Amino acid sequence: MISAQPFFRRALLIGILLLGLGWTFFSRVTTENAAEGRAPAPQAGFPAPAFELTDLDGRLVSLTDLRGRPVILNFWASWCAPCRAEMPALQAVADEYAERGLVILAVNAAFQDRAEDAVAFVAQNGLTFPILLDRDGQVNRRYQVHSLPTTFFIGPDGLIREVVIGGPMSSASLRVRAESLLESVP
Amino acid sequence: MFPTLPIGPLSIQTPGLLLLIGVFLGLNLAERRAAPRGVPADRLYSLVFVMFLSGLAGARLSFAAQHPAAFRAAPLSLFALDPALLDPFGGLATAALAALIAGRRWGLALWPTLDAFTPALAVTAVFIGLANLASGKAFGAPTSLPWGIPLWGESRHPTQVYQALGSAIILAILWKRFGRPAPPEGGLFLQFAALTAGLILFVEAFRGDSRLLFGGLRQTQVIAWIALALCLGLLERKRSRLAAEAGAGDPLSENRSPQQQ
Repeated sequence: MISAQPFFRRALLIGILLLGLGWTFFSRVTTENAAEGRAPAPQAGFPAPAFELTDLDGRLVSLTDLRGRPVILNFWASWCAPCRAEMPALQAVADEYAERGLVILAVNAAFQDRAEDAVAFVAQNGLTFPILLDRDGQVNRRYQVHSLPTTFFIGPDGLIREVVIGGPMSSASLRVRAESLLESVP
Repeated sequence: MFPTLPIGPLSIQTPGLLLLIGVFLGLNLAERRAAPRGVPADRLYSLVFVMFLSGLAGARLSFAAQHPAAFRAAPLSLFALDPALLDPFGGLATAALAALIAGRRWGLALWPTLDAFTPALAVTAVFIGLANLASGKAFGAPTSLPWGIPLWGESRHPTQVYQALGSAIILAILWKRFGRPAPPEGGLFLQFAALTAGLILFVEAFRGDSRLLFGGLRQTQVIAWIALALCLGLLERKRSRLAAEAGAGDPLSENRSPQQQ
């Protein structure tokens, strides 16, 4: 009896491991249930929800038109201190990577910001990338932005690679993510 | 999904807050159950402090080592208060190494210390599931089951809830053993690690965001299976040694009957 106990215990352990191996094989992802054809959602691994907004000059900017180029989509407001703090880093990255096709879009939460404050901040900091105005908050809601700043990193295929909630993001952080997005350009 | 908690002008990140609560409650429990294992409670806190600081430094340095060009262009970013500049694996490795060095210097034996930490790990595991539920990360595959939760445009398996519930069950299973040391040393930790690896192996099958290996195998399941095999193997070895010692007339053995003695 004493010698039988370890035998049964070891048989049980081997059984557990074989069961685990079987479960791993059984639950493998086949092509039928692979993560394809997902509906757009503001989460890494999903297609970025489409939108059209006008910039400070009244020009219409559509995210869909930017397909094929990596996009950094930043949600901000002029009263938000971390948003203000990360804008120079965004401008530096915009300047550095513009030639390689990186697009930076900054969506101003115009429904809870004063237009003159946003314009003054943009002028004061010499921001040259498009500042889009979300006047009715629809795009903020579509992207489920609960706090500012929130930044989405979107690949050339339109898939969201990463979401960073909060800030300020440092220029190194933005550079690393810009490089990663550009690496995925075919 | 509640990624942030607005308190006045502040916006608190709920997942981080939940993790902090988990670590706090877990350490509190570990502190109260550590004494019988011969691990002083203040040493536990010192070890956590060392792990936190070294983990943070290691995570930043590891991230910088992987992206030297970005830091050469902006060297001050090395000190930026930016959690997006951390490498979690580098941080974990550094924290573990620092804990080993500090533990050895303070004369803490490895296995009893891991046993003493197990209550903290078990409580934190429950809160990791809740933190994932708050952030919407570690989400499930689409399902038509009645308990599916609406997330990211579809009804999905509530994998974060499965994880939290499973971890709560593991906590309940091990609860009575937290304050009662029993041989072998490290047995409590290895049981917790094996049960958690088994739970991850099971729940991962319902995830909708798994990283894939060859043939569609899920990376996390493969890692969890290896961890499970290691933990069970170590546990079995420790038990065999204990049985051998008991058979050789070890006076410390608890499991021998009067007849055997």
